[in-house]
Amino acid sequence: MCLGSKKFRTFVSGYAGVSAITPHSAMNPKSLVAISDISKDEILRLLEVARYFEQNPNHKILDGKVVATLFFEPSTRTRLSFETAVNRLGGRVIGFSDASTTSSSKGETLKDTIKMVSNYVDLIIMRHYLEGAARYAAEVTDTPVINAGDGANQHPSQTMLDLYSIYKTQGRLDNLDITMVGDLKYGRTVHSLLMALRHFSPRFKFVACDELMMPREYMEICDKYNIPYEVHTDFSPEVINSTDILYMTRVQRERFSDIMEYERVKDLYSLHNDMLAESRPNMRILHPLPRVNEINPDVDDNPKAYYFEQARNGLYARQALICRALDIDVLNNQSHH
Amino acid sequence: MTTSKKELAVAALRSGTVIDHIPSSMLFKAVRILGIENLDTQLTIGNNLESQRLGTKGIIKVADVFFPEEIINRIALIAPTAVVNIIRDFNVVEKRQVVLPDTIVGIVKCDNPKCISNNEPMRSRFNVISRNPVTIRCHYCGHTTTNDKANV
Repeated sequence: MCLGSKKFRTFVSGYAGVSAITPHSAMNPKSLVAISDISKDEILRLLEVARYFEQNPNHKILDGKVVATLFFEPSTRTRLSFETAVNRLGGRVIGFSDASTTSSSKGETLKDTIKMVSNYVDLIIMRHYLEGAARYAAEVTDTPVINAGDGANQHPSQTMLDLYSIYKTQGRLDNLDITMVGDLKYGRTVHSLLMALRHFSPRFKFVACDELMMPREYMEICDKYNIPYEVHTDFSPEVINSTDILYMTRVQRERFSDIMEYERVKDLYSLHNDMLAESRPNMRILHPLPRVNEINPDVDDNPKAYYFEQARNGLYARQALICRALDIDVLNNQSHH
Repeated sequence: MTTSKKELAVAALRSGTVIDHIPSSMLFKAVRILGIENLDTQLTIGNNLESQRLGTKGIIKVADVFFPEEIINRIALIAPTAVVNIIRDFNVVEKRQVVLPDTIVGIVKCDNPKCISNNEPMRSRFNVISRNPVTIRCHYCGHTTTNDKANV
């Protein structure tokens, strides 16, 4: 049989929009989209760098570098913290904090915006309201991209500052009792923190109402890594008193299909100062902020309240992430600057 | 002679590809995924045929066309039972089950309306995270779905 004859054909896809196996776009390996993209060693190294920046916040190692902060969705805290980090490192910032002033309001695709900005800068820091936007942005450019939050999906710099806060207050990351409280179903910070801590043999307690409990897939991850966890619907003294890190999150009204259910549970997971009397001396309270009523203001003066310092740690953690993205080895190679 | 030979002899395909054991409800999705609507060779599509394994089944016979494996494997997501027969001179020269790839590009629409893949002119991309039951996760937003619910 003559395979070369016109009669026989190898099929070439005729279906528009589908091509044969497409090679995965090579994103810059220094991009950071999700905390699960980086290894345990790299996390530990970033914490060392963050500690260095806490001691030397104004280290001018980004001289001549331009960083874009593209905030398609407003976020004061994250944007100011990233921009402060670049400024303290001696770099320059361009960007926007409101997409309505940009070409994306004229219908420009995200890809085109990223391609265009890539021509100007050394690093892109992006927040976007669509989930997966950061992964896609990182795939369409050679310039490193740091995800500063993509919808309800990922926010790895928050996780780095959470880890740094735990590391600073406990002196270590491993073998800690970590209690997560509030909205464990939709809260991206608790999911990412769980993913990052899976390397460090934690013991988890998940405290939430049934409607906002930690999703099954994250409990399966705990099982896979032999991480013990307890599930509580009661925010009890026993839970608080056997905890090193109490990670509080906000219970949002819009997450509830049943408003009566929200009214029933909204105050069940709020922390008051008198609940902390018997807690461990090393225990610290973390919260990604903003808080509403899940931490009573009477907790603020308790030395175990750590959420404001936690926010400050964001600066050092982000300085470390920026150096990683630009491949600057701060600890071993300070002299070349 | 094997039963498959007897079965295929009905259509008397001299040369080409027969995709058999497609669940009836998935037949036209399979046709669409393969993108064979505009072929100009002889094409036979049968549906609701008797099947011991599936109850009823669909079948696609394409004369004189041989598909690269990665193209035909795309239907594995919706028709994991499908069997591919390569026919040359009335003989089945190759018979194999479709194999689900690790990554599925441009076939499934993500169910998450806030996923970037539904808001940019781009191809969707899913990673297979479990094969039994088949579960896929959006490479971009992380949304997971099963093959019977996947929006193909």
